[in-house]
Amino acid sequence: MGKYVIKRLAALIPTIFIVSVVVFLIVHLTPGDPAAMMLGEDATPADIAALHNRLGLDDPLIVQYVRWAGKCLTGDLGYSTAVAGQSVSGMIASHFLPTILLAVYSQLITVFLALPLGMIAARKRGSLTDSALSVFSMAGISLPSFMMGMGMVLLFAVSFRLMPATGYKNPFTDGIGPFFRYMTLPAVSLGFIHAAYMMRMTKASLLEVLSSDYIKMARAKGVKERKIVFKHAFRNSLLTVITVIGQGFISALAGAAVVERLFGIPGMGSLMVDSIDKRDYQVIQGITLMIAMLNVLINLLIDVIYGFADPRIRLK
Amino acid sequence: MSEQKMELTRIRKTLMREQRQINIRKFVRSRLSVVGLAIVLLIALLALFAPVISSAMNVDPYKATVRDRFQPPSAAHPFGTDNLGRDIFSRVLFGARISMIVGLSVGLVSALLGTALGLYATTNRYLDNILMRLCDGLKAIPNILLAIALMAVLGANMQNVIISLTIVAIPGVARLARSNALLIREQTYIEAMRCLGAGKHRILWRHIAPNILSPIIVQMTFSFASAIISEASLSFLGAGIPQPEPSWGGMLNEARSYLFKGWWMAVYPAVFTGVSVLGFNLFGDGLRDLMDPVSGK
Repeated sequence: MGKYVIKRLAALIPTIFIVSVVVFLIVHLTPGDPAAMMLGEDATPADIAALHNRLGLDDPLIVQYVRWAGKCLTGDLGYSTAVAGQSVSGMIASHFLPTILLAVYSQLITVFLALPLGMIAARKRGSLTDSALSVFSMAGISLPSFMMGMGMVLLFAVSFRLMPATGYKNPFTDGIGPFFRYMTLPAVSLGFIHAAYMMRMTKASLLEVLSSDYIKMARAKGVKERKIVFKHAFRNSLLTVITVIGQGFISALAGAAVVERLFGIPGMGSLMVDSIDKRDYQVIQGITLMIAMLNVLINLLIDVIYGFADPRIRLK
Repeated sequence: MSEQKMELTRIRKTLMREQRQINIRKFVRSRLSVVGLAIVLLIALLALFAPVISSAMNVDPYKATVRDRFQPPSAAHPFGTDNLGRDIFSRVLFGARISMIVGLSVGLVSALLGTALGLYATTNRYLDNILMRLCDGLKAIPNILLAIALMAVLGANMQNVIISLTIVAIPGVARLARSNALLIREQTYIEAMRCLGAGKHRILWRHIAPNILSPIIVQMTFSFASAIISEASLSFLGAGIPQPEPSWGGMLNEARSYLFKGWWMAVYPAVFTGVSVLGFNLFGDGLRDLMDPVSGK
């Protein structure tokens, strides 16, 4: 097992390198002068030259990359060009909590919604329930999160006045009750698309396992259907489900931008959108790099879980 | 042409016609995909005839009338008016144009470039390594985040929306084209072409490309659908199509501040976005079942 983990960790190094190159290039392959773009139209040539000097934009691209990557390794993501004296890592840290809480909460909702529904659809394959669930999941996949969110705001906040439409409460300082009151609508709208997807995947993987020989064997032995599904089949389809949860967590982190803007949550997504208006490339680069790295790490975690759960994978 | 050869050609044509008929019948039999196709065609027609319909109804998507702000749906304004007194019905129609243009351009360009990259990746081991690692790097950044970052750097306008979403879509197509091309390349008829002295490019484009076309086309319908969602999301965030162009996402962004005052500002563009994406997804599912009998029924 230890050997397997080390092997996976080693395989991570080239991936991290490539991801960092891609993130670096996004900002540096802009048409025109990045410094002029950051400062806007009313910048004097002297301002632009000063920023060039400060960011080292006159050096060759490779030198710039090595310097940037070296700083990133020490946790220094540079300084904001819009807010004087603010470090990018500091800005990300202060916006990190709402986004992470939102992503975790939305994934919990997704799992509790999608797993039972996917299992039901697989067990009652071809029934009316199954068809209804398929249509429901197809519609769910087609609904962008902000549409879902607006629909829910219209329904629960405007019509029934059950929940607040916008805002955010910190669970550690404002209490857990207000947190749930404010975060439930955003979390559901963020998780819904993924719940539809996860339901499909759960159903598909469960059906695949249910058609395998050892399940036939269990049936022939007379094992109860319920026990077959929960004890024998579900365990084996769990690997697919874990992958889908990992993907869902990442897409929740990335998709948070839209939901955070709709519900006025001061998270990383809001920070990123504000930075677009301010042309604060350093912040955009920092957030993109961080989420891409989180993605790589979560994939590593899933690989390790795979190896742990299925010895065939780690011995290959 | 000899008698025998003509006979063969005739039989082959009949066979192909028959196959096509079977395919069409199979497609029609899966009702949902027909519904999808109908939705796609309807939205496309609305987009195409947006100026005609608007002028026939005597409404203008750009004209702001202060007197007519926040009008609920009525005979003069079927979908009501927005915070500036503009007609929402015509804005939704013109929004369909933007969504269709973005979706179509992203679908076509990413399919073309992705296929080219995937095909040429199979010809050279070094090129393959570089291209595929680059795709890995791009894929590690979640789609919407990559699109936002690219838009932030490029600047908000329609051309840049198309460029960014194409960059986002290319790695998926390139992977698909590459893996399918690798399978086709090992077939005997490709070997035969090589023995006959056919050139590298001729084999790639004349003999391999047509045979990997079906998965690429299916992927294209899904890129189309996700480009519509991404464009709407970008415009919603203010990083997509700039005002006063009537894009669905941009309209929702404006509606955000007036949810308590005018629900119609949000509902109509939202419904159109959802329905057209659903249409493309259903259509794509039907196509996939048709072209790939294994994953279908």
